[in-house]
Amino acid sequence: MERLLRNRWALVLALALVLAALPLVFPSNYYFRVAALVNIFALAAIGLNLLMGYAGQVSLGHAGFMGIGAYAVAIGASRFGLNGAVAMLAGAAIAGLLAFLVGRPILRLKGHYLAVATLGLGLLISMTLTNEAGWTGGPDGMAVPRLELFGLRLRGPDTWYMISAGALVLGVILALNLIESPTGRAMRAIHDSEIAARVVGVDVAAYKLKIFVISAIYASIAGSLMAFLNGHITPDGTAGFLRSVELVTMVVLGGLGSVLGAIVGAAMLVILPQALTIFHEYEHLLLGLIIMASMILLPRGVIPSLLARLRGGGA
Amino acid sequence: MSIQMGMTRRLALAAGIGAMMGAAPALAQAEIKIGAVLSVTGPASFLGDPEKRTLEMEVEALNAKGGLLGRKIRLIVYDDAGDANAARTFATRLLEEDKVSAMVGGSTTGTTLAMVPAFEDAQVPFISLAGAIQIIKPVRKWVFKTPHTDTMACEKIFEDMKKRGAVKIGMISGTDGFGKSMRDQCVGVAGKYGIEILHEESYGPRDTDMTPQLTNIKNKAGVQAVINPGFGQGPAIVTRNYRQLGITVPLYQSHGVASKQFIDLAGPAAEGVRLPAAALLVASKLPDSDPQKKVVTQYTADYTKKTGQPVSTFGGHAYDGFHIWKQAVERAKTDNPAKVRDEIEKTKGYVGTGGVVNMSATDHMGLDLSAFRMLEIKNGDWTLVQ
Repeated sequence: MERLLRNRWALVLALALVLAALPLVFPSNYYFRVAALVNIFALAAIGLNLLMGYAGQVSLGHAGFMGIGAYAVAIGASRFGLNGAVAMLAGAAIAGLLAFLVGRPILRLKGHYLAVATLGLGLLISMTLTNEAGWTGGPDGMAVPRLELFGLRLRGPDTWYMISAGALVLGVILALNLIESPTGRAMRAIHDSEIAARVVGVDVAAYKLKIFVISAIYASIAGSLMAFLNGHITPDGTAGFLRSVELVTMVVLGGLGSVLGAIVGAAMLVILPQALTIFHEYEHLLLGLIIMASMILLPRGVIPSLLARLRGGGA
Repeated sequence: MSIQMGMTRRLALAAGIGAMMGAAPALAQAEIKIGAVLSVTGPASFLGDPEKRTLEMEVEALNAKGGLLGRKIRLIVYDDAGDANAARTFATRLLEEDKVSAMVGGSTTGTTLAMVPAFEDAQVPFISLAGAIQIIKPVRKWVFKTPHTDTMACEKIFEDMKKRGAVKIGMISGTDGFGKSMRDQCVGVAGKYGIEILHEESYGPRDTDMTPQLTNIKNKAGVQAVINPGFGQGPAIVTRNYRQLGITVPLYQSHGVASKQFIDLAGPAAEGVRLPAAALLVASKLPDSDPQKKVVTQYTADYTKKTGQPVSTFGGHAYDGFHIWKQAVERAKTDNPAKVRDEIEKTKGYVGTGGVVNMSATDHMGLDLSAFRMLEIKNGDWTLVQ
């Protein structure tokens, strides 16, 4: 089991199989929608986990990049007549460019200062989306035109489940490759000790910037997919501060530095609020309790802690 | 360690059972199912909480009387916490899993607009409880709403200004969602009433002093009245600063502050301030001849008795939405979504807490300016302006 989780291709294959098999047991579109949301948030969480778990940098404004991706497809298609897929790529480019421009000065900061700077960035994006009502429809949001590809209008949660599942598998493959590459090793070195990394010749600032840009692009693609799935977006729903906190929670809950952990964290935070509605008034209380219990019992996140258990138990 | 393993396993099991129970479709066929996705918690809970309590109260009362068409009503409420994305997920759940025949909900404009596509695709009537005009303009076949719009509040104020001979005015508005939206609506309809806005100022939602902006308005020659679209504590501060500067032209506040709290916050400075408000807030002051007198006093009495809290117009919107739906089902003699939709559109002369509703194929709200009453604050209390 452990070897399976360690082998990246086995992980990708298992994920692809599960994602392909799930539609066979889904009884209605509601399940497709929830699963599509899991895929989308998992994608954003994987990107953020690269930044937090490998490069050791906190971002409290990551939903801002999701907002850019979401509004890129909405504005690109409705105001400039761009095809949705083109607008999605444009959004990713804008998010990456913004991350590059602001990343340089921001990533010079450390610890709390970095967190506050990214927090500010996220709030600025969210405020811009709220206040530029002429472009974005203001706090009430705007409609997203349906995506058309090869003459087909893509709509319905089942379609978007398939697309988001494909995006997730692709995202996982890219992330795993990145982690195993020289960049990944440099990132882990930075995470363990910045000074040591610098001493052995790692260009710390350049690597941090690179990973910040990559994680912004992940978030932007996730935001675009969410916009297509929903057909209507609001600034708070895509770029709000609480959304940023949610992403960080997914990463920490699932396990820092674990790609699978990001998926598990996203699944927990998307599915639990749906499963807990049967407890009515107590749903928020229970959600909090489950998260707390999970952090106490599995302090390093669900996946890393369970892996450690397996290793300990097997020996 | 084995204990901990056991606990995590049990946790996972609990989550799994929860998911399964949520999916169980075993429900009696005889029930009429109605859904409500509301912002019960979170930043918009001041809307969603009274709406939920009202719907529960009304469903309980109706079921105690034997239900509708001889069938019990089952109300399914989900809390979106003000998140448009969550609202959309719950909307899908109501339609796909719970198979509701109608929806009365959508506390905010954002959550409503996010849910609209789901109800249009599923062809199930959706009565929204949110304010903005975009919900019903352009008219969407399956979407209705009960609250009055900001534009109507502007029109009511301008109408009163004109009556008092004030056509050149100053405006100071909050930059929050409500203030911004209402400001735009007011600017949009000012021309229709021959109102000229000579000077405009704005303030942030958390500002604590508006003296500089008001000084600018005071120094602008020819201002005959001032209007303040805003929400929360800002308008109370504006009112106090207004009196401190000794500005004598009439001050108009918006329906956004039509609560006792505003009078408490603004204190004696609030004397003489006018604002438009729904009849519900002045239930006891309405003359007996008023068509809404009966329904608003009844709802006020029921709600305060049931919850121990004062009524708000938001709960009233839910009351109206529920009863418009109920009457439509009675007329249609079925809960078939398409037939109920047609009957909702034919609603005529429904007297609710928000006004008298006359819907049509081109008007899915059906309220006119009589939904608002012009109030003036005298001796620390509301009085009706005749």
